[in-house]
Amino acid sequence: MKHLLSTDGLDPATATAVLDTADTLKRTLLGREVRKLPTLRGRTVVTLFYENSTRTRVSFEVAGKWMSADVINVSAGGSSVNKGESLRDTALTLSAAGADLVIVRHPASGAAHRLASWLEGTGTAVVNAGDGTHEHPTQALLDAATLRERLGEISGRRIAIVGDVLHSRVARSNVHLLAALGAEVVLVAPPTLLPTGVHSWPVTVSHDLDSELPALDAVMLLRVQAERMHGGFFPSAREYSIAYGLNERRLALLPEHAVVLHPGPMLRGMEIASAVADSPRAAITDQVRNGVHVRMAVLYHLLAGEEEAA
Amino acid sequence: MNSPLLIKAVRLYGEGDPVDVLVRDGVIVEIGQWLDAASTQDLDGVRVLDADGLVALPGFVDLHTHLREPGREDTETIATGSAAAALGGYTAVFAMANTDPVADNAVVVEHVWRRGREVGLVDVHPVGAVTVGLKGEKLAELGTMAASKAGVRVFSDDGLCVADPLIMRRALEYTRSLDAVIAQHAEEPRLTVGAQAHEGERAARLGLAGWPAAAEESIVARDCLLAKQVDARLHVCHVSTSGTVDVLRWAKARGTKVSAEVTPHHLLLTDERLEGYDPVNKVNPPLRTESDVQVLREALAEGVLDCVATDHAPHAVQDKDCEWSAARPGMLGLQTALSIVVKTLVRPGLLDWRGVARVMSERPAEIAGLPDQGRPLAVGEPATLVLVDPRAHWVVRGAELASISGNTPFEGMELPAVVHTTMLRGRVTVTEGKVQS
Repeated sequence: MKHLLSTDGLDPATATAVLDTADTLKRTLLGREVRKLPTLRGRTVVTLFYENSTRTRVSFEVAGKWMSADVINVSAGGSSVNKGESLRDTALTLSAAGADLVIVRHPASGAAHRLASWLEGTGTAVVNAGDGTHEHPTQALLDAATLRERLGEISGRRIAIVGDVLHSRVARSNVHLLAALGAEVVLVAPPTLLPTGVHSWPVTVSHDLDSELPALDAVMLLRVQAERMHGGFFPSAREYSIAYGLNERRLALLPEHAVVLHPGPMLRGMEIASAVADSPRAAITDQVRNGVHVRMAVLYHLLAGEEEAA
Repeated sequence: MNSPLLIKAVRLYGEGDPVDVLVRDGVIVEIGQWLDAASTQDLDGVRVLDADGLVALPGFVDLHTHLREPGREDTETIATGSAAAALGGYTAVFAMANTDPVADNAVVVEHVWRRGREVGLVDVHPVGAVTVGLKGEKLAELGTMAASKAGVRVFSDDGLCVADPLIMRRALEYTRSLDAVIAQHAEEPRLTVGAQAHEGERAARLGLAGWPAAAEESIVARDCLLAKQVDARLHVCHVSTSGTVDVLRWAKARGTKVSAEVTPHHLLLTDERLEGYDPVNKVNPPLRTESDVQVLREALAEGVLDCVATDHAPHAVQDKDCEWSAARPGMLGLQTALSIVVKTLVRPGLLDWRGVARVMSERPAEIAGLPDQGRPLAVGEPATLVLVDPRAHWVVRGAELASISGNTPFEGMELPAVVHTTMLRGRVTVTEGKVQS
């Protein structure tokens, strides 16, 4: 693995290796007073965020610091990027200044791919921390880690992704990764929030959440962004919530063992009822916790080299 | 004027035996096989151009070019764009109105026209904007532009659609008295808010907001109905979908005065180019699917699509070497158009050289009402022509093209057919790949 740009095309063996490393790291750090490994000492990791984010940035920063990397945060509000510097120039500057790895979040789909192509030959690795409506591969990896932890394994499990699939990078990354790991994926959404040609994806599609719930091992809810609510994609927040919100009645339709995931931030009362979000069935804080270990594993695989990781 | 020029052993329209063509004072004065070495000596001061193996066609006419002057002379000028055009075999180009300032008044169109004349490599005809500032709200002074020295006969808000149906109706109706045509950039703006790429499986997977085929087809259908209603002429820019071909076929069958163009890139490239997110492939309308490409090729051969137009759109490096959504749409086209037409239509047997003359010269000249372009290669006609080497190949290098910008999507491709010589009313503007200034 040279960069982590998408889960589309990520082979199951590599994905599993990252998840196994995350497991190992988690166990290694468990109960330790000082959660610090020397693995990436002397390596420089830059987070380059063109969109607001709390959880993803913090998660990457903690992951880097627990591995003893030097982590530098660059945000669109606090550097030359808001003076109109191009993404290309910013990338080349960071690389020249010694970044071994750049973690980028950008509103443009494909931004991480572009960054990787501009940094070709510099030795700087790129991790996509969310590009437009394209992908968010570390989110999918941390979701997979959480599912593995809760369900034992992913292969053969039936997992629904519910909500705004059209605009969701989390959904795209999860569809590719879960399918590669052998899960059956069901997309549940109104037709206006499903991508064109979704029939060619390795998924089944449903508009009826109630009928899907009894057969699921996990349900993954997607955030509904405020601008979509006013964009005419569905008539009202109330109607969306009635059709696709996970409330207590629906929670009861899920099998006992089934897990509820949400990438956050949650719109309580809309996509997910508070009682569901706070129930032991929900693995939402586990996702955040696993996020750190998964991102440590990604940094490890990209910076500490393939041979050591294998 | 220039001394007489003898073009030796050229095949007119690629047909029949090679002939010799004598050009004097900008006019074809003789065509025959009589002019061997002995008889040429009788011609006083004659220059001889050995055209053995070359095909002669009437000079190409491009209804759709962005020359960027005034406003973005860092990306193209009338001089560099004219050179690119001549190198591509063109003898007339229509410069789109979306300059800065917009060509929506007589002053700007006369400036463009005059600069074109000063450069003198091709006839530069300014296209006038349909609406003031391309805003789609109020008709520009079409009559004044038509009556100006530039003699504007093609009006377009290209880059933007004249979306308001009432404004479009009025524009069509009004231009009837000017013997002019409205060239529409067919894109329903409400259906393409934020659109980045052809709405299909590939764009959906890549997270690029879709530009649906229906956004083009619905405007073409509407405009055909309006043109029929008010008995006016309509020209459809850069047709990109098979659905638009269906609409045009239907409209033409019921007698609508509609013509349509297709770009070389829509005849060759598909949305497969989205992979990797390189914005050199970003263009509006977007690259479509393989089946659209096939339908467009057949429709051009059949005549449902009338002509090829380049939509030559130079852009600065910083406007292309960036993230996809920030990049400007458009690609170079003038120097590659003929080769793409040969590759996509002539080589597969869909079009012969006579057909190339039709779609690249005769029909566009008719649509724009140019009396002295797209003329037959015959005695008494203007010597406005292009000599093509049909057997030669070349490799496209953006940096070597005459345009200031280098944004060609054909970079590194080996293409068939090379423009050997371009001649505008007897004046050689290009020969052996070199501009003659």
